[in-house]
Amino acid sequence: MRAMVYRGPYRVRVEEKDRPAVEHPNDAIVRVTRAAICGSDLHLYHGMMPDTRVGMTFGHEFVGVVDEVGPSVQNLKVGDRVMVPFNVFCGTCYFCARGLYSNCHNVNPNATAVGGIYGYSHTSGGYDGGQSEFVRVPFADVGPSLIPEWMDEDDAVLLTDALATGYFGAQLGDIVEGDVVVVFGAGPVGLYAAKSAWLMGAGRVIVIDHLDYRLAKAAEFAHAETYNFAEYDDIIVHLKKITEYLGADVTIDAVGAEADGNFLQHVTAAKLKLQGGSPVALNWAIDAVRKGGTVSVMGAYGPLFSAVKFGDAMNKGLTLRMNQCPVKRQWPRLFEHIKNGYLKPSDIVTHRIPLEHIAEGYHIFSAKLDGCIKPLIVPNAA
Amino acid sequence: MTYTPEKPKTAESSEALRARIPGWGADLDPADRPSVPRERFDPTFSGAWWEFPERQPEKWPRERSIEHKFLTPVFGTACPPKGVSGAIRKLAYRRYSEGRAAHWLLLIAADRVDAAGSTLRSFLTTRPDNPITETGVLSEISHHGLASRRGENRADLRHQPLDPIIVAAPWVLTGALAYVLAKRVVRRRRA
Repeated sequence: MRAMVYRGPYRVRVEEKDRPAVEHPNDAIVRVTRAAICGSDLHLYHGMMPDTRVGMTFGHEFVGVVDEVGPSVQNLKVGDRVMVPFNVFCGTCYFCARGLYSNCHNVNPNATAVGGIYGYSHTSGGYDGGQSEFVRVPFADVGPSLIPEWMDEDDAVLLTDALATGYFGAQLGDIVEGDVVVVFGAGPVGLYAAKSAWLMGAGRVIVIDHLDYRLAKAAEFAHAETYNFAEYDDIIVHLKKITEYLGADVTIDAVGAEADGNFLQHVTAAKLKLQGGSPVALNWAIDAVRKGGTVSVMGAYGPLFSAVKFGDAMNKGLTLRMNQCPVKRQWPRLFEHIKNGYLKPSDIVTHRIPLEHIAEGYHIFSAKLDGCIKPLIVPNAA
Repeated sequence: MTYTPEKPKTAESSEALRARIPGWGADLDPADRPSVPRERFDPTFSGAWWEFPERQPEKWPRERSIEHKFLTPVFGTACPPKGVSGAIRKLAYRRYSEGRAAHWLLLIAADRVDAAGSTLRSFLTTRPDNPITETGVLSEISHHGLASRRGENRADLRHQPLDPIIVAAPWVLTGALAYVLAKRVVRRRRA
């Protein structure tokens, strides 16, 4: 089969790989019909995530058709059209039993601090991802769901991570009616978080980014008030001014480890990989929230330490809430919102890239060329 | 006003927001939000019908965190450790817990060894690594590389001129060092 393959930092290509096989009785093999490149794939692409091995196939956002099932699979059959949450999870360990699917303890031997994720390095279990023609899906009886008849594949693929994570980010903020919410990052997850904040009753939603085209999308798609931080000497002072020097009730870090930062942060984090990423966005989230407020973090960070301003968080009495999104818990509610017309996930898709051109896709997304917000990948077998 | 007890008023009322924004307030009640990551014991929700899953066969001594009691019942098999990078990875897993910086720094070092070794090995194959096609840099021409940056107040533009230096410097320095060492060896042999 054809699959995207990692060759080293900033280098990927498509090559012929063995079709994945059933390795556990509850595995399914899914023929991928639509995948996406996620902002957190860029952490892998930039070589920031430890134990990212040459030969690995990325891609944790994908949907497809069941091509083969293992002997113990009961809930799926060949030919089913399925969406697969980015979390690999068993459904019954201590954590899964409590709904913490992203923290499953039975699927990632490489680490206990993170669960299993498709195509997300060996730190997340060493599973190949869906930027390929076929993918192995473990625990087929608990992970995948049938794509509803009325749902478009482009919408479904965005539910496997980006939309679910954005909604989750807003939810971690514990928003109450009238709250001022500041979202850092106008990428796909930030856009969905801003949109979701309104669903939870926010009184004002502000989005911060440095790319004008993404801010324009935040204003149009997520009805947000937007500011380009590159135009301000100190964005935190600006945020304080426009909130009557109180700060936001809730801040959401939808950037994660890839924040550009100052020169020192850029070199130590992005280039030398001596920090688990540049913590600029997280520190801004801590700075911009009011005392006693809540900081929500679902932007991805690596396992290495980061220079986070913990003292300010402590002195301000903040609530910091964070996790990888337990995607499947979100789906029933998000299906309702899509059906009601409150959300149209695929409105943020800007590029459709054939699998064979995935190196260009990564570069376009990484370098933010061509107004790119969300690229979808269409495998040859789709 | 911040210096007095009242919370500042937002510009728009809830009614105005409800009228303007589709779905505003649909999830107003925090207790009714689906995925608060708090523990809610419900082992039947996921559709799993096992208490402990059947175990996936271990085809090679699969590396695992020493914070795990045993190899997890299911795991990925994407890229088994190989060569020098594999030895470094195995050491990182065997020797250090996830709480130790050495664990992660060794893994990052192994990644770099893996990338360099794989590039060298690729030159012995019919499909050597190609920095032009694999970096996707051709999209700079086909997808408005210049226009995407011109006139934009992008924060990342400040670092981009430095990036080639930061990326190339270790390679240039390593090459220079190798050249100096090789020269010394040759001189000694001649002497």
